[in-house]
Amino acid sequence: MNSTYWSWDTFSEALPIVLKGLGITVGLTITSFLFALIFGFVWTFLRRIRNKPLNWIITWVMEFIRSTPPLVQLFFIYYAWPMIPGIGVTLSPFTSAVIGLGIHFSTYIGEIYRSGIEAVDKGQWEAAKALNFSTVDKWRRIILPQALPPTIPMLGNYFIIMFKEVPLASTIGVAGILLMANTYGAQNWAYLEPLTIVGIIFLLLSYPSAILIKKLEIKMNTRFDKKATLENTKKGAVM
Amino acid sequence: MKINAIIDIFPQLLKGLGVTVTVLIASALIAYFMAFIAGLCRLSNNIIIRKITGFYVEVFRGTSLIVQLFWLFYAIPMLFGIQLGSNWWTGVIAIGLNYGAYLSEVVRGSIQSVAKGQTEAAIALNMSRFQRMRIIIFPQAVRMMLPEFGNYTIQMLKGTALVSLIGLKDVLYYGDIMRSTNLSQAPLIYLLVLVFYFILALPLIWLTRKGESISRKGVASG
Amino acid sequence: MVEPIVKYRNVHKAFGDFKVLKGIDLDIFPAEKIAVIGPSGSGKTTIIRMLMTLEEPTSGDIIVDGTNLWKMEKNGELIRANEKHLRDVRGDIGMVFQHFNLFPHMTILENCMSAPIHVKKEDKNEVRERAIQMLERVGLGDKLNNYPNQLSGGQKQRVAMARALVMRPKIMLFDEVTSALDPELVGEVLEVIRDIARNDDMAMVLVTHEMDFALDIADKVLFLDEGVIAEQGTASEVIEHSTNERLQTFLHRFRSV
Repeated sequence: MNSTYWSWDTFSEALPIVLKGLGITVGLTITSFLFALIFGFVWTFLRRIRNKPLNWIITWVMEFIRSTPPLVQLFFIYYAWPMIPGIGVTLSPFTSAVIGLGIHFSTYIGEIYRSGIEAVDKGQWEAAKALNFSTVDKWRRIILPQALPPTIPMLGNYFIIMFKEVPLASTIGVAGILLMANTYGAQNWAYLEPLTIVGIIFLLLSYPSAILIKKLEIKMNTRFDKKATLENTKKGAVM
Repeated sequence: MKINAIIDIFPQLLKGLGVTVTVLIASALIAYFMAFIAGLCRLSNNIIIRKITGFYVEVFRGTSLIVQLFWLFYAIPMLFGIQLGSNWWTGVIAIGLNYGAYLSEVVRGSIQSVAKGQTEAAIALNMSRFQRMRIIIFPQAVRMMLPEFGNYTIQMLKGTALVSLIGLKDVLYYGDIMRSTNLSQAPLIYLLVLVFYFILALPLIWLTRKGESISRKGVASG
Repeated sequence: MVEPIVKYRNVHKAFGDFKVLKGIDLDIFPAEKIAVIGPSGSGKTTIIRMLMTLEEPTSGDIIVDGTNLWKMEKNGELIRANEKHLRDVRGDIGMVFQHFNLFPHMTILENCMSAPIHVKKEDKNEVRERAIQMLERVGLGDKLNNYPNQLSGGQKQRVAMARALVMRPKIMLFDEVTSALDPELVGEVLEVIRDIARNDDMAMVLVTHEMDFALDIADKVLFLDEGVIAEQGTASEVIEHSTNERLQTFLHRFRSV
């Protein structure tokens, strides 16, 4: 690499400055992920409403949120929300980002919950009914404890996906690593080094996490498919 | 009053339609191309080819699109000493390479998931390695890929909104311009921008569902 | 004296540390019908999979029509066969699988036409005619444009046989072709095999658990046990006159079922 384009001095000068934003980036990831985890339940239960037109509306609202750019949704919450007469309030960049990214990804997470619930054996619902569980107890003690654990690897994947979407919040002024890098770049007219640092940080954090989740997934699969595997071995032993 | 505002705003946003759509089409073509090249390379017997492709895929999947976009925006002129002629190319290359990496995993996974029995039956009919790929494996794998290609194309549409950040005059860009001159109109402007993207997404959503039903039909356990 | 079309000479096969076959010697003559019986895990399937080039022997030779299948000559030395050599030698061999392995993206007719057209480069119209004829022969003349997932297991297996027959093999291998079928569908598939055995002059090797059927159509029965051919001969020799104790136990188990 040509030294006029790349300077290790700049690199080492920018490194601590960019790293200052890491706490915010990770903090925003965790907060908005938690928000999405909770809000995901709202979608899951809204979609269980039996009323046809209502169900149709909810389905398309979810579709609307997930197929439009999260960047525009951030702008909407940060710039437009305060301007709405009556209900509008000014939100800090961080809060806006938590709500914006949280709602966007909650539509995906709601679908993950749904797939988990649908995977619970039909007999479990019937058993809960036969044992006369109340609706709350049925969900809390029978359905969710079986539906949620298998979704953990998928949720973990969304945690990583959200981590990579968090730098969008730099556009509304959340001082994570990307904003730090861009600010440094603007002050010193040297963007390449700080942006490279940002890339390396993302790679260093997301790649090992992805491998970890893959391992978790394999572990989970063997745990939850144990029944099926047992049956297969039995079949094989017959002949 | 509101209706009047909508009539004012919509034509403004329409001016950005060309950039949004051309960026989407061009980056999708690059992404699909990269997906098949990289997906097949990762199944190659040659370990060097596998490693190089693996590096490309993991770097682009491991970092953010927005970071890649900014990085390429500054890096391409600096490192290579060339101007691409326009930021349009920078946006298209960033989005194309990013989603090409994701889609290459879809290509690889689909090819690998075609049942082993299919290859064995093709061998029993004395097909060559190339014929097996062309006649038996690939057509089945492509069917399996369709829904994910649809989903990622919707993701790409969402990703095109980022090009306004490097100065391209897309739909969001015109929305931002209007907002900066008329702050109180912000809710309506951004709502319309979102509606605009949603209208563009609708045919893609429809195609994705179509792809889902094709993939369900095409690959039963035969 | 007729020459065997296939010769196995001291063939061994191991998967990792597990030795499946420990020295197989076997001759297959043209038009001969051979049934391979034996307990699970005795290596029956492996024998025919090696002939179809789906599994490479650990040692030993398989000679097809005078040519070594898994080895080829290069500069006067025998080396491991490459893809081209395998394709040249296995062209006369066809196989029907336990799980049918029909191509789900092709119609029944296309399933039967793709290989003759692409592999043997035959004329399309001629192949179509022959494929339709074969499908009619196995009783599926009315399903030509259906897809495999619209058929029952028995019908799928009959298509698989037609697909193999259209290639006009000299040797047909049947790998437990009724094991994956519901009991009531077994009969229709056996009927087709019986028809082929009677009217076609190709050699056939059947790996099967359908004991009575195998004994009925086979010229020669092999009893495979613990990786070796423990007993072989005509059906009556093997069934009625063998003193092999493990064979008797094996047969007894089947009879009592």
